[in-house]
Amino acid sequence: MAPLNYYLVLSAVIFAIGVAGVIVRRNVIVILMSVELMLNAVNLTFLAFARSFGSMDGQVIVFFVMTVAAAEAVVGLAIIIALFRHRRSLDPREMQLLKW
Amino acid sequence: MTLFIILAVLTVVSSLLVIFQRNVVHSAVALVAALFFIAVLFLTLDAPMIGILQVLVYAGAIMVLFLFVIMLLNPAALEPRQIPWWTLGSAAALLLVFLLMPALLNTVAPRQAAPAGPGFGSPELLGQTLFGSFVLPFEIASVLLLVAIIGAVVLAKKES
Amino acid sequence: MRQFVDQLIQNGYFAGAPKELVYAGAMIVAALVVLSVFVAPLAGVTSWLERRVWARMQSRVGPNRVGPQGILQWLADGIKNLLKEDIIPASADKFLFSLAPYVVFVGFLSAFVVIPFGRELIVADLNIGILYLLAVTSVVVVGILMAGWSSNNKWSLLGGMRSAAQIVSYEIPAGLAVLTIVFVAGTLSTQGIIKGQGWAPWDWFLFYNPFTFVAFFLYFTAALAEGNRTPFDIPEAESELVAGYVTEYSGMRFLFFFFAEWGNLYVIGAVATILFLGGWHIPAIPALADQPILKGGLQFAVFFVKAYFWVFVAMWVRATLPRVRVDQLMSLCWKYMVPLSFVCVVGTAAWMLIWPQGNRPVSMAMFLLGVVILAMFSKRVGYQIRHARPVLYLRPYI
Repeated sequence: MAPLNYYLVLSAVIFAIGVAGVIVRRNVIVILMSVELMLNAVNLTFLAFARSFGSMDGQVIVFFVMTVAAAEAVVGLAIIIALFRHRRSLDPREMQLLKW
Repeated sequence: MTLFIILAVLTVVSSLLVIFQRNVVHSAVALVAALFFIAVLFLTLDAPMIGILQVLVYAGAIMVLFLFVIMLLNPAALEPRQIPWWTLGSAAALLLVFLLMPALLNTVAPRQAAPAGPGFGSPELLGQTLFGSFVLPFEIASVLLLVAIIGAVVLAKKES
Repeated sequence: MRQFVDQLIQNGYFAGAPKELVYAGAMIVAALVVLSVFVAPLAGVTSWLERRVWARMQSRVGPNRVGPQGILQWLADGIKNLLKEDIIPASADKFLFSLAPYVVFVGFLSAFVVIPFGRELIVADLNIGILYLLAVTSVVVVGILMAGWSSNNKWSLLGGMRSAAQIVSYEIPAGLAVLTIVFVAGTLSTQGIIKGQGWAPWDWFLFYNPFTFVAFFLYFTAALAEGNRTPFDIPEAESELVAGYVTEYSGMRFLFFFFAEWGNLYVIGAVATILFLGGWHIPAIPALADQPILKGGLQFAVFFVKAYFWVFVAMWVRATLPRVRVDQLMSLCWKYMVPLSFVCVVGTAAWMLIWPQGNRPVSMAMFLLGVVILAMFSKRVGYQIRHARPVLYLRPYI
């Protein structure tokens, strides 16, 4: 097994890629996917620490993060579908009115 | 160690593909690959149950949902690449890595973990922890899922 | 497997190579051997047998030219498809189009890792075995969606989306039926589930209580739907969608999809055998105690026959039932099978509270009931076959 630090650096890099994706992309679906990437980077950190401390709590938290990610994806995609019906676009710049 | 480096390179490359592919479906497929490699990384951390759940939940459900919505909406146009945003985004990401690094690396956690105890990461132990000290969050998570189901149906339903 | 590779490393082979790479290489070699020696002939012979069985049921002959009774037909088909031109449509997404068959194939093939063919005959006895099986089979959906979208054909896209909706929906009753058995067995490991049963039918989880009996049929139906089999084959319904998501595929890539479909039939039967039908259990014969190879062979034979019987049933169903409509398919899943599978889960949980050790008389009674149902069914089928005699003129060697 690789040392803890390697996992932490890797998860920081993945998290940063996710952040970059949210900033640079002009498509709400890809933005949502970048958020999933960030959640997974956090999961990796949790599991690395859980392994390092030898405690199962980290794994249970990852379990909850997955549940929340599933709920988030479902509601997010439903919002995207509803928005697409009104605006005919997936560009977040078209969604600045903050109303339907 | 070799395994970790191979997996890390594969994960980072496929994560980069997620944000660099201009086609949404390609991004989604790259994300499936990234999530799969992260699942294998979970296995190397003695979390087989979580790793399998990752494949089951992400590849089997969440990413299928993403692909389904992409194909349903079928956005034809490739999005244009805007250089200023790309510069800003890359700079922000790099800055974030440099800010996170000291915080992550100065932990009290043991650098090289001791060999895992018997049953670490097994379904039995995970279940005992989940229904022991985490039983209230577990119930709240089930309510959250119910709310998400109802919310999704209400949001995506066509107005009659 | 692992001990063997460790032995090789200690004996100085692969000097200097990192241990993990050697393991990975060993796994690839083992996978290739399993693929070419077991899975490929299995899927191939199944394809031939399926065509023969349908032909018999429809009073036709079926493929009978290549080899005795046409048993080598699958080899001829394979060679023909290998030699065919590999067409990629000009407007298709080339990368995803070529990748999709392999994703489907890998998803189906990975299931063989946790299928125990005997007490020792298993690639890896994971402690999360059955969950792993559900996870890898769900990867197939991604491949199907990729195939449907990348073909850039509306029939393909419709077929892919129908298939994804269908597989994701039917995963719920299938998963809950599996959960029922996981309750009873108290483990996720496939070997552990089999060890919780016995060789005698009344020790099988099928007859554990009425709820597991229902769960078996729920699992089998849901698995047929997940495998895109008739009567649930609307993703590739010829009369509506040409061939669904495989419309644009040709040659070897086309074959890969059907390879996965036929092989998947066996996986369905194997999982049903693991969960409900006692797996590889054979009666304790004293003469076999000191003959491990013979014993292993017998266990393999028992497992194989049980699993293959359900492949035959799937063929029978396909030759008998008409295809359902999309809305019927969805209402069957969400309005009937999902609630019923929840009833199974809750009922089995309550049953285990009342009788933690199981209820032997009920198991015996259910076994007897099962025998009676089977006998009546056989009588009915026999009656039909006898009265169809003038039409169905069976000659063994045509």
